[in-house]
Amino acid sequence: MNGILKLSPLLAASALVLAAVSTPAHARDQISIVGSSTVFPFATTVAERFGKSTKFKTPVVESTGSGGGLKLFCSGSGDKHPDITNASRRIKKSEVEKCAANGIKDIVEVKIGYDGIVLANSKKTAPVKLTLKDVFLALAKDVPAADGKTQPNPYKTWRQVNASLPDVKIEVLGPPPTSGTRDAFVELAMEGGCKTFKWIKAMKKTEKKAYKALCHTIREDGAFIEAGENDNLIVRKLEANPKAFGIFGFSFLDQNADVVQGAMVNGKEPSFENISNGAYPVSRALYFYVKKDQLRKVPGIENYLAEFTSDRAWGEEGYLTEKGLIPMSVSERKDWASKVKSLQNLSM
Amino acid sequence: MTDIIKASLPGLPRRHAAERRFQLYGKLAITMALGFLVVMIGMIGVSSIGAFTQTQIALSINFDSDSLDPEGTRDPATLAQANYSSLEKAALREVFPQVKGRRDKRKLYGLVSSSAQFTLQNKVAANPALVGTTGKFWFVASDDVDQLVKGNIDASLPETSRRMSDKELGWVEQLRASGDVQRVANVSFFTSGDSREPELAGILSAVMGSALSLLVCFVLSFPIGIMAAIYLEEFAPRGRWSDLIEININNLAAVPSIVFGLLGLAILLNTFGLPRSTPLVGGMVLALMTLPTIIIASRASLRAVPPSIREAALAIGASEVQTAFHHIAPLALPGMLTGAIVGMARALGDTAPLLMIGMVAFIVDIPASILEPATALPVQIFLWADSPERAFLEKTSAAIMVLLLFLVLMNLAAVLLRKKFERRF
Repeated sequence: MNGILKLSPLLAASALVLAAVSTPAHARDQISIVGSSTVFPFATTVAERFGKSTKFKTPVVESTGSGGGLKLFCSGSGDKHPDITNASRRIKKSEVEKCAANGIKDIVEVKIGYDGIVLANSKKTAPVKLTLKDVFLALAKDVPAADGKTQPNPYKTWRQVNASLPDVKIEVLGPPPTSGTRDAFVELAMEGGCKTFKWIKAMKKTEKKAYKALCHTIREDGAFIEAGENDNLIVRKLEANPKAFGIFGFSFLDQNADVVQGAMVNGKEPSFENISNGAYPVSRALYFYVKKDQLRKVPGIENYLAEFTSDRAWGEEGYLTEKGLIPMSVSERKDWASKVKSLQNLSM
Repeated sequence: MTDIIKASLPGLPRRHAAERRFQLYGKLAITMALGFLVVMIGMIGVSSIGAFTQTQIALSINFDSDSLDPEGTRDPATLAQANYSSLEKAALREVFPQVKGRRDKRKLYGLVSSSAQFTLQNKVAANPALVGTTGKFWFVASDDVDQLVKGNIDASLPETSRRMSDKELGWVEQLRASGDVQRVANVSFFTSGDSREPELAGILSAVMGSALSLLVCFVLSFPIGIMAAIYLEEFAPRGRWSDLIEININNLAAVPSIVFGLLGLAILLNTFGLPRSTPLVGGMVLALMTLPTIIIASRASLRAVPPSIREAALAIGASEVQTAFHHIAPLALPGMLTGAIVGMARALGDTAPLLMIGMVAFIVDIPASILEPATALPVQIFLWADSPERAFLEKTSAAIMVLLLFLVLMNLAAVLLRKKFERRF
């Protein structure tokens, strides 16, 4: 019954672990990717194919959100920081400056395609036709009243917003403010509808802050429900509640076409064709950013870029379209592919 | 007689009724709790069944030596470079010669999972003698075909409302009629890493990641935890300091786990520069989290050792250290182990601290050491639940069942250890 003897292997093992900690980490031979949860399915698909078809290790892809990814990306150069970050919006000037301040001056920008954001409801009810103005009036915190003033949103049902819409309560499930989908929805749909009021549009130049506050603020009285980042959950909830609408990415509509349907926005159906040719108004571009310095240090980045920008990946018939990516036009793809090939620096 | 009792105890029937009511409430509460559990696990279990089988399609492949190995050298490098995808596509075209047009052909090729070309490549690499022969092989079907065969796609819906077109349904029907579709046990679910293709995704990388993290967690937290407990219980002078430490340990046990993740990010990653996304860092963060649980459980089990043991040891001349390590700690060890296992079971199910240190990631390669990037089981569940592909639903449920199985096993181990080694006085 010797306690010390019983414990000693454990102590030895813990000493080993500590020894492993103190030895310097060897150089990384695996690409590290962070960033947007919207780009995540596409980046992981390419990473997996890349890992299977080349001698390089499969890159590690983290889903951190666009903003979080750029923060990590810009926090320093070297092996401890990611080589690539995905973003569902373009890099901001402030982020480029932050990168430069941390010694990351050469960044290659890659635009990979588009993603549509849909407003969908259950197939059990009739499809609706919305305009951006309807979306704004239904979901904004404050809406324009008569004589150029604003009032807290008084609309309770869709019919009150627009007489041609059904007489059901406004109930919209959407992503929380941390999500890139929410940012894009607010910028494209809400602001798009907001701008249809002439006097608000005029405000953009004179009072930018007030304009933003009016156009970008979503109502908080229960008509808009934050349903978390999980789009599958929103789809399930729409199935259970045919009166509600949900906001999510096009790929989820594509995969769940048997239970939900996308609303027409400004007369355009959220379809593959309409998003790719820009007719559907609520769509955004997707990007990723690469550190040029790391190209020399981590093996395989160049091959990864080549795989991502090949037609079998991002082309009209590429495997990324199966995952819901909306490809760019032929000329745009050619343009971006050549920029990537020559490792052209990001220019804002 | 009864009248006398009734007269002397006027409230007796009322008190008996109250007792019966209370017991009924208690039974109801237990029934409800069990009911919820059965419904929850039952639902997850039912939807997970699909993940344990896999649909396969048989194709006769002609390993054309002209296209695979034009020079006839059977050089492994040449064979590795060959276009295997064309073999599988040719085989599909042979079965369905009527399919014309780019779009339809693309759909046809989509019946078989994208892994088929790698399967063929591996087969040829393992046995170069295959080149020039023809043979029938089974290939993993795509997730849509798989879902159709499992009855999760309703063919009676209008064509636009389902994932598969009438044509594709016809093709699958033809393959089925000729006996070229089979459902087999899905071994690859347990032997492969994560994948973006639901039909290929497996949990081994997540299981390994969890196991390595827990190993690091155990190796760090168990010795430190019991040493701290023995010192605090047996040697530390009682006073304001020991009170303060005790309060803080109890508080630490209640700190939300995400805070430990932030600590790991700030100290382990940013200050010490340890590699991101690795089980080493994950295990260290989880060790911080389980440490208070182990210390509290260990102290309780040390306290449960009767004082007579201690006094007897001291009386026959053992020193304080000998008493603690030769007599008290061994008797308290089963309780300490139980505490550690319960703490580790909690660590196994936690994702929040791993989020901060980069373990919420897509990992295909199976980690072999604590310095390779890895993910963990609950993270895998989260990532699959978040994926758009419908076929990931059953994978999610299956991963939950695996996680629950591990939790049950760990708790069972705790119970058995206690049963076997515990000594009652």
